[in-house]
Amino acid sequence: MSKAVSALDGVAFEGFAKVEETGLRGMITVRGDLASKEMAAAVKTATGAAVPALRKVTSGDKASVAWMSPDELLVVVDYDQAEATVSQMNEALKGSHALVANVSDARAVFRVSGDGSRDVLAKLAPVDFAQEAFGADDIRRSRIAQVPAAVWGNDDGSFEVICFRSVAQYVFDVLKVSVQSGGEVGFH
Amino acid sequence: MSTRLTTGGRLLNKAKQVTFSFNGKQFTGFEGDTLASALLANDQMMMGRSFKYHRPRGVVASGAEEPNALVNMGQGGKFEPNQRATTTELFDGLTCTSQNHWPSLEFDVGVVNNYVARALPAGFYYKTFMAPAAAWKHVFEPIVRHSAGLGKAPKDRDADRYEHFYAFFDVVVVGGGVAGLMAAKAAGQAGAKVLLMEQTAHWGGRAPVDGGKVDGVKVDDFIDATVAELEAMDNVTLRNRMMGAGVYDHGYILGYERLTDHAPLLDGPRHRLWRIRAKQIVTATGAIERPLSFAGNDIPGVMLASAMRDYIVNYGTSSGDRVVVVANNDDAYRTAFTLKIHGLEVPVILDARPNGGGALADAAREQGFRVENGKGIAKVKGGKRVTGVAICAQAGEGAVLEEIACDAVAMSGGWSPVVHLWSHCGGKLIWDEAQAHFRPDPDRAPTSHDGNAFVVTAGSASGPLKLGDVLVDGQKAGEVAAEAAGFAVTSAEAPKGEVHDEAPLVPCWMMPQGAGPKLRMKAWLDYQNDVKVSDVKLAAQEGYESVEHTKRYTTLGMATDQGKLSNINGLAVLSDALNQPIPATGTTTFRPPYTPISMGAIAGEARDEVFQPLRRTTIHDWHEANGAFFEPVGHWRRPYCFPRGRESHADAVKREINQTRESVGLLDASTLGKIIVKGPNAGKFLNMMYTNMMSTLKVGKCRYGLMCNENGFLMDDGVVARIDEDTFLCHTTTGGAERIHGWMEDWLQCEWWDWQVYTANVTEQYAQIAVVGPNARKVIEKLGGEMDVSKEGLAFMEWKDGKIGDFDARAYRISFSGELSYEIAVPASQGRAFWDALLEAGAEFNIMPYGTEALHVMRAEKGFIMIGDETDGTVIPQDLNMQWAISKKKEDFLGKRAQMRDHMASEDRWKLAGFETEDGSVIPDGAYIVDHGTNANGQRNTQGRVTSTYYSPTLDRGIAMGLIHGGMKRLGDVVEFNKVDGSTVKAKVVDPVFYDKDGEKQNV
Repeated sequence: MSKAVSALDGVAFEGFAKVEETGLRGMITVRGDLASKEMAAAVKTATGAAVPALRKVTSGDKASVAWMSPDELLVVVDYDQAEATVSQMNEALKGSHALVANVSDARAVFRVSGDGSRDVLAKLAPVDFAQEAFGADDIRRSRIAQVPAAVWGNDDGSFEVICFRSVAQYVFDVLKVSVQSGGEVGFH
Repeated sequence: MSTRLTTGGRLLNKAKQVTFSFNGKQFTGFEGDTLASALLANDQMMMGRSFKYHRPRGVVASGAEEPNALVNMGQGGKFEPNQRATTTELFDGLTCTSQNHWPSLEFDVGVVNNYVARALPAGFYYKTFMAPAAAWKHVFEPIVRHSAGLGKAPKDRDADRYEHFYAFFDVVVVGGGVAGLMAAKAAGQAGAKVLLMEQTAHWGGRAPVDGGKVDGVKVDDFIDATVAELEAMDNVTLRNRMMGAGVYDHGYILGYERLTDHAPLLDGPRHRLWRIRAKQIVTATGAIERPLSFAGNDIPGVMLASAMRDYIVNYGTSSGDRVVVVANNDDAYRTAFTLKIHGLEVPVILDARPNGGGALADAAREQGFRVENGKGIAKVKGGKRVTGVAICAQAGEGAVLEEIACDAVAMSGGWSPVVHLWSHCGGKLIWDEAQAHFRPDPDRAPTSHDGNAFVVTAGSASGPLKLGDVLVDGQKAGEVAAEAAGFAVTSAEAPKGEVHDEAPLVPCWMMPQGAGPKLRMKAWLDYQNDVKVSDVKLAAQEGYESVEHTKRYTTLGMATDQGKLSNINGLAVLSDALNQPIPATGTTTFRPPYTPISMGAIAGEARDEVFQPLRRTTIHDWHEANGAFFEPVGHWRRPYCFPRGRESHADAVKREINQTRESVGLLDASTLGKIIVKGPNAGKFLNMMYTNMMSTLKVGKCRYGLMCNENGFLMDDGVVARIDEDTFLCHTTTGGAERIHGWMEDWLQCEWWDWQVYTANVTEQYAQIAVVGPNARKVIEKLGGEMDVSKEGLAFMEWKDGKIGDFDARAYRISFSGELSYEIAVPASQGRAFWDALLEAGAEFNIMPYGTEALHVMRAEKGFIMIGDETDGTVIPQDLNMQWAISKKKEDFLGKRAQMRDHMASEDRWKLAGFETEDGSVIPDGAYIVDHGTNANGQRNTQGRVTSTYYSPTLDRGIAMGLIHGGMKRLGDVVEFNKVDGSTVKAKVVDPVFYDKDGEKQNV
């Protein structure tokens, strides 16, 4: 495990907002019947949180859960807890039709923070980042410029962007371009 | 002459002088000037030459509609052609040159076209350059290209940066004139989230120039107060220097924000393209004044009456000392008054209406102006500058009554609402007889997904032209939009604008009405594309009845200004020639953008290193550091080979193959697609997806499978591993991962939605490394760990999870090279460390990586097919002799029925075989196998083609696979492949498996 490294090894850049790679994060794709009792129980056990509603994120004592599609969730845990959580959920979902897969290594995570964060993201994703439309418990599966990505809000006003690991450099580069000084929009 | 006045200039900061250059000459202007106003202030009336006849041209308008005053702007990386002087804000150090002249603006050789204009009528391209065909390329095109065209193409990399911005509003108002301000205020007060954008740097539109009072205060003060009110509203965003470029389906609207054009030294993006979703759009885009069509109306000094007024009031610049005003409406009288107030002379006002104007005309007479009713201009005199006008009766044929000396002409043919944004998405127009213009038909608005209107017009853009009506209409538009966006509106009374009675205009499409051919040939409709009244008449005479056809035949309205001035005049002339009412002719289509937007703004951030995403494996950095020569595979870059020092690519490939065949090599196979398919019906599902039987695969085993589309054609292949009773892991080709995942989901979601199967694309979760060659096992064993990778412990076509060294690994005993081979997947974040560990452990065996070319050659030596080489979307598995991979026991699979069609089952299909040249050479890529005789087109008949062809280092000769009529039945035949030099090369048809036919090497 000591050899595990994130895609860009914690790289950071500061313009009118700050962009940084957060390092490895545990992520688990869960597909199944989101309305079932079994799923609610499995999610509760593994994360302490409830199954999130459409485009929402819920948080428990152990992990957060994000809505990804009508039959898909994303469980976000500490990187070293991922395999254990997968086993736990598989155990809890035994007997029901579901798919639980560890995708922690397939992803890169970036944090965007600072006053202009919403403007930075609005340059790259066709998402309404207005305060009233996008809060700390919201997630959008969208794109960052030309690649798929998801974005959620944090309680401290920062945002996290997840993308595929292979395009981590691209996503970091477009974020860097977007936070360059002089590019302040002053909109959100 | 045109010059700077001591009065006027409300937008100028006269305390701040700026210096700029035009055609190398240094000029000065003031902060607040446009380039056009500053050039006028320096008596530079002539600003360019026309497209076709190279006639001298001066500025006509004062805004976005300007057709003539286009310049090449800036230099080097800041160079941009076709920039309108009228919308370019002046800044210190601006450099520009005029366009379409050679050798100079003052003396231009191309003007000879002007003297042979008779030979260049409408459609002359079509008429002249018909034959011979070769002459087009070698004679006509070079000449036309040299003489035509406006700006130059930039040669340097764009030095600026650009970006996009996504935003969402309830109501977007386009146009910051008084109507737009009212609409934004009304919608804002209703609680809507509003964006108000204005293309210029100033609010209020042309109301301050036209003057008047609102609720008893000067309109300027009213504007300032309203802007202040809007700025104080949290739910309203105001953006100037931002143009509404286009309106699209479902309330999508583009805003083109010009951030640093007026101050290029500012840090930051030059343009920002706002990609906006709005519930409702209000177009408060104003109106554009129409020119009049009289002979010589393009001579520098002939301008729109409103523009002349703008230059005086806004920029303190006169366009001439003695100005003849010619019009068919009352509004133009305002220009005469403005000229007089600022000390300029108006020798005559020619009012084309037989009965003249109303209150404004009376006032003019009272002030001592000479006003001539029913008169017009027979022709303008002058060349590079107006020297006078010849007056005639509007009702006649142009007999000259009098000549009057002047150095400028202010013309007005009435006003046309700017309906572009309304029309972009299907808003319809109606013909307004009283004002002689097309205006939006509020009953036929652009509609959204729900069938409801999503665009509403405001102010002059709706049709009303008087201040009072404009304010009322603006307010109403804001209320309508807010209500449609779901807000409760309490209707308020609009502020009252001062209203003067105006006499109605009388349409005037040609001046004089009976102008003969000679005059018509000098009466311009489209300045920028040099289209005259005579051209449109000729088109009509030649049978062009549709306005769209006439547009293309004559090029009317096809220049960079898209006919903002010429459109209505042109179709009125066409209607007249066709003897039909104007509404029967209709307009051409209005398409976005409203005015040209920069290519940079369209590209946004996508340039240089972020032009396109590049996918990198976790080992990519190592490849780069070790001299890999990359090839693109999808968005990945995969190493083609790893040349050392001055080694050629061919030598590197040879070395990599020999090392792998003799000892051990490494391949970064991380890019291969990996899709988990899980559920009680997973086996049944995969039986449908693959031609093979997958449901019988044992847990712990692997099987190579073929995937066809529903037409039977091969689309992907790969190894499927059964992980447990319910779970399979499907490998796809590198380029197929996303496509095949989507393909699976398509079938699951749309066709077999009741099957219990889930999929997940886990391609990037793993770094996958192939350890290949006789010493592969030794290298893995050296790493240690608990996994038994012996022949018995992990047999050929088996997989296993466990520790290899410290790594969490899944090893597959599969081989694409024919050698002993393990493909080992580890979590991607451990990929690079695992690669390094393998290199270290393999050092004693001289381990080295090999690239995709070595991979290709080795698989071809084994006769393995490659999707994209042996297949091209028209090849079925049977063509490749792969009947063994098609289950006969299955009731169905995708492609099964298609493969039973006559043509698919025909013995005449070209089928796979191997080829060896007699001389050992390599058959060229793409070569065909020639046959006797020729086809109906006189081309040589063919009987097959090569699909893979390589030099094989293992066999030291050229080897190839290909498709040939008869396939393997042709074994032993000698056929001929064509070569690029026209000759052919003889090759023998052989078994496509060139190496280790019995598969002993991979099974040790």
